[in-house]
Amino acid sequence: MNDKPVAEMSFEEAIRELENVVGRLEGGDVPLEDSIALYQRGSELRTRCDTLLKQAEEKVAKITTDGEGTPTGTQQLDVD
Amino acid sequence: MDLIDDPTPGGNAPEFTVSELSGAVKRVVEGEFGYVRVKGEVGRVVRARSGHLYFDLKDDRSVLACTTWKGQVAGLSVIPEEGMEVVAYGKLTTFASQSKYQMNATEVAVAGVGALMAMLEKRRTALAAEGLFAPERKRALPFLPEIIGVVTSPQGAVIRDILHRLRDRFPRKVLVWPVAVQGKACAPDVARAIAGFNAMTPGGALPRPDLIIVARGGGSIEDLWGFNEEEVVRAAAASEIPLISAVGHETDTTLIDHAADRRAPTPTAAAEMAVPVRLELMAAVDGLGGRLRRAVSESVRGRRQRLTDLGRALPRPEVVLGGAQQRLDQWAERLPAALRTAVLKKRGALGEASAGLRPGAVRAGIAQRRERAERLGARLGPELARGAARARERLAARAERLRPALVTERTARAGERVASLAARLEAAQSGQGEARARKLESLSRLLGSLGYEETLKRGFAVVREGDEVVTSAARAKAAVGPLEIQFADGRMVPGGGAVKKKASPKAPPPEQGDLF
Repeated sequence: MNDKPVAEMSFEEAIRELENVVGRLEGGDVPLEDSIALYQRGSELRTRCDTLLKQAEEKVAKITTDGEGTPTGTQQLDVD
Repeated sequence: MDLIDDPTPGGNAPEFTVSELSGAVKRVVEGEFGYVRVKGEVGRVVRARSGHLYFDLKDDRSVLACTTWKGQVAGLSVIPEEGMEVVAYGKLTTFASQSKYQMNATEVAVAGVGALMAMLEKRRTALAAEGLFAPERKRALPFLPEIIGVVTSPQGAVIRDILHRLRDRFPRKVLVWPVAVQGKACAPDVARAIAGFNAMTPGGALPRPDLIIVARGGGSIEDLWGFNEEEVVRAAAASEIPLISAVGHETDTTLIDHAADRRAPTPTAAAEMAVPVRLELMAAVDGLGGRLRRAVSESVRGRRQRLTDLGRALPRPEVVLGGAQQRLDQWAERLPAALRTAVLKKRGALGEASAGLRPGAVRAGIAQRRERAERLGARLGPELARGAARARERLAARAERLRPALVTERTARAGERVASLAARLEAAQSGQGEARARKLESLSRLLGSLGYEETLKRGFAVVREGDEVVTSAARAKAAVGPLEIQFADGRMVPGGGAVKKKASPKAPPPEQGDLF
């Protein structure tokens, strides 16, 4: 089991852990108390995955550089 | 001057100083040729400490000296290397101080695709030998990058294709680092961009991307040449951030493709590699959520079913408790009667026991015992005094018999005895001594009378030969040595022999020895 707090997991870690949790629950040999805890963990993981998937914001910026090519900042880049 | 004189050969030619002539030649050369393109093989190459570059261009018969001044070197498409087939462009001029003509080359390009490919292959081999393309250097791409850094031109189809495909799949934050994608600025721009993305700190003012895409559309090998440059390859290999290269079309391979962690055939394909499809992921997460709920409710349902089954098999409480209840009832009924009987019995026993128990009886017993105690108490004092008096009398009687005279008398008696024994010891000692002296004297007298020497005083003599005593005439006649005669006052040898005085005989004659 991954010990990392769910809120700090990357999407990939969270979905992998969720798959693991679902697999164990479906296996059916988890004690009742543990299966409740597992379900709670699974719900958290699912929420984490949903949150990360909802953060699908598109933001495109262009690096601005000074005369020597050192980055100085960003500016909006509109392409279309 | 005589105009009819034979002219000296060349006498009418103008006269130059060396410098004037050099200057004239320079003007002619520069005026006649100006800027030229020369194709040839690069010969000796010298990069002077001053920064100027000197090299030769040659073919099978001739050599052309070329120079590129320090400030012009950066403008060359390729730094000439010995053996390279190039086309140089520049201005033909002279070097007056060595009577040389030369070209100031401001551009050098590899001549022909074949030569370019040969150079590319050579460079690829060299970089591969350094391990820059090793498979173990490749990093895995992040599954879902937060920020994608794109190194490309901010205009044109490439960035548009990438952004469109990203939006379709999974909109992300994109940082575009604008670079020249062809020409001389391309390689340094791209190398700086890759290094620049790596230099950003995660979560800083400029957020560091977790994936880099280096992209360029298709073009000729010369157009793509910047992505073959060593500095670009090294920057890509050194990148800590996973890097996808998408340069040119699928058939174009540049050296950055070897150094990149993944190679995408097109910019669109790079965007597909970069992010997963959001809707698919959402479906997958939903699917997992459904399975999660089903799994847990299934597990609860299964347990409830099992509980019901087991509950059915459980016997009814009346059956379990019935027998015990009955026994309890039975005994409970008998309990009050039993208690009553027991109380009656005990009360009877108490009556019997208490009948003999009266205060008068106890008091009589006490009085009797007190009386006895008093009697005994009265006898106690006189008895003690009597005992003490008796003991004192006995002590006095004994004390009387204890006198010092008894002791001194005994001591005196013992002293006398010691003195008498000492006297007897003395007497015994001296008496024995006298008796022994007397006995010794008589024995010595006896010894004198018995010894032969006393006999000598009475007129006898002893005859010897040597040490042997001669006792017969026959033996004397047979004697060999002189005979010696001992008298009472000494010894002599008859016939004038010297008298040999002996203090005492060494051994007494054996016959006389026997006498003892």
